[in-house]
Amino acid sequence: MDLLRFITAGSVDDGKSTLIGRLLFDSKNILVDQLEALERQSKNREDGEIDLALLTDGLRAEREQGITIDVAYKYFSTPKRKFIIADAPGHIQYTRNMITGASNADLIIILIDARNGVAEQTRRHSIIASLLKIPHVIIAVNKMDLVNYSQDIFNNILIDYAEIARSLDLPDVTYIPISALKGDNIVDRSLSLSWYDGQTLLDVLENVRVENDVNLTDARFPVQYIIRPQTDELHDYRGYAGKIISGIYKKGDEIIVLPSLFNSKIKSIEFGGKELNEAFATQSVILQLEDDIDISRGDMIVKNDHQPRVEQELNVLLCWMDNKPLVAGNKYLLQINSRRVRSSVKEIEFKLDVNTLEKNYDPAQASLNDIVKAKIKAASPIPFDSYKELRANGGAILIDETSNVTVAACMIQ
Amino acid sequence: MTNHQLDYLDQLESEAIHILREVAGQFERPALLFSGGKDSITLVHLALKAFRPGKFPFPLVHIDTGHNFPEALDFRDELANKIGEKLVVRKVEDTIKTKHLTEPKGKFASRNQLQTYTLLDTIEEFEFDACIGGARRDEEKARAKERIFSVRDEFGQWDPKLQRPELWNIYNGKIQKGENVRVFPISNWTEADIWNYIRREDIALPSIYFSHERDVIEHEGQLVAVSDFIRLDETDQILKKKVRYRTVGDMTCTAAVESSASTIEDIIKEITATKTSERGETRIDDKVSEAAMEDRKKNGYF
Repeated sequence: MDLLRFITAGSVDDGKSTLIGRLLFDSKNILVDQLEALERQSKNREDGEIDLALLTDGLRAEREQGITIDVAYKYFSTPKRKFIIADAPGHIQYTRNMITGASNADLIIILIDARNGVAEQTRRHSIIASLLKIPHVIIAVNKMDLVNYSQDIFNNILIDYAEIARSLDLPDVTYIPISALKGDNIVDRSLSLSWYDGQTLLDVLENVRVENDVNLTDARFPVQYIIRPQTDELHDYRGYAGKIISGIYKKGDEIIVLPSLFNSKIKSIEFGGKELNEAFATQSVILQLEDDIDISRGDMIVKNDHQPRVEQELNVLLCWMDNKPLVAGNKYLLQINSRRVRSSVKEIEFKLDVNTLEKNYDPAQASLNDIVKAKIKAASPIPFDSYKELRANGGAILIDETSNVTVAACMIQ
Repeated sequence: MTNHQLDYLDQLESEAIHILREVAGQFERPALLFSGGKDSITLVHLALKAFRPGKFPFPLVHIDTGHNFPEALDFRDELANKIGEKLVVRKVEDTIKTKHLTEPKGKFASRNQLQTYTLLDTIEEFEFDACIGGARRDEEKARAKERIFSVRDEFGQWDPKLQRPELWNIYNGKIQKGENVRVFPISNWTEADIWNYIRREDIALPSIYFSHERDVIEHEGQLVAVSDFIRLDETDQILKKKVRYRTVGDMTCTAAVESSASTIEDIIKEITATKTSERGETRIDDKVSEAAMEDRKKNGYF
């Protein structure tokens, strides 16, 4: 069985939490005691109906305010697939939490309220989906029950959104009219939407192809940790522990260590005490090399073909996630996989207007939730790929060394 | 053509190993919090895969409430012995004495809250900068919100409204002195995933997970083991039942379920058919309020 990670996004009150509640409820993934707890909580509400949204809002402050502040992860499965849902906040203030949930997603469901059509958050979340290169997008036009299940309204939203999808270069977009509250087209086909002959939401989630999303061509092995037992019988053992983030490694392969450019050969690939002839993304293994060379955490073992770039100056698209603004010249730690390098943001080239997608050149600074293009200079060379080509080796974070907080997500160009 | 696709258990396993190695790579003095339950036993199994043939870069640490199932304690000692890794045990009993803590009273007086004091003292004693735990996001609503690297202040407190962004598989474990990070490598596993993995990897578990006969009393629909740690009232009827434990916590706050499941296979069948969640069925301590876990976490609990 395989695994699909997806995220739900959209504006506040577009019904994300209700949608997830409905998905779990209709696919029979809610257990009796959870349902009883929901009923208990829903009693305080005026209409008395079970509020499926309460299933995901986990924090006291969220229940008090009726909004989602941080990502909640939910798990469910059908006979076809296992699912990890990131239920992301819709409020603009919490966009950084939405990005946290989106960064590992294979698919994003963007909810649009049928009454309001495309909104600012629709654009913002679509830009994030595009920046993060989430491979699959579902536009779920929700609350169709409140617009009399009108096909015209659905079609107009579809036309509006297609424009955004084109300008953002979103690869795979599916449009579905739904009502999360009434359960239309979530798991079961809707009688009220008989004019729609496409798939239900669960159909798409169960059948979308994800196996092509792992890159098996460009071999990348960031070293996380070095295993040295230093016992009598394993006196000279040096194992490089890490996760193959892309590509395939075979015993005997010629390798290059970056950024040092040392050459060697793979002596053995081990996992769980067994030797393997080959290993592939995204397995966590131990590599031993023929030669005793200097390798430390943060180095990358690659093969002769399809090498990454190794540079000190990076052009990045960056989402700023801190309350304090980003000013050109500020210094941060840049972390890409297991490698951490001191770096400086040299220049903020432009800021993206999320409504018009226009580029505003030479902004004075970047504030919370701004998306900018920037130049970063690192203190030492970094092996990387363009995020567009290889997600697993093109994403980096910036860490403020004075507060230790993660302040930016960088997509290297 | 070789198949280059990982099945979901392989993916979860690789993710957990990657997280364990990030802890080893980023911290000076980590620890693995070990309770003797199936989730922490799974963590130990994953750590063996992450670090063998080397030693663990951390000790196993058990915060002993004094209310544990004897079977779980025996299992703990045997496991640590078998794998030859260091085990640190710190007792809530000692914290109660030295810090003059007040024990909760009542029928099922639980030391669950007091555990936090011993945990924080232990972190201070060994200067642990990272504590690995077996919490899963599917267990409970507050846990569903927590990051994999969860930063705690010097009082162990979690601030759910101010969590660091956590992107891709890049973990930021940078902290100030005195702070620590709680790390949850099996965040994304469900109860069913754990059992399927235990079956696949043939992982040994304490006997109380399997059906056995036990003296219990019935309390508000839950079966609680008769032990020295709970107060028996005149109205309580001691029943002999065939039970097993779905989770292993303290004897005072973990309920048994009636079951004849004596193999992993039986257990998987049973939980697949169940209509109640793991914590809902077996934890007496979560029902206090809707935010019971959130409040405990804010105060330094795991």
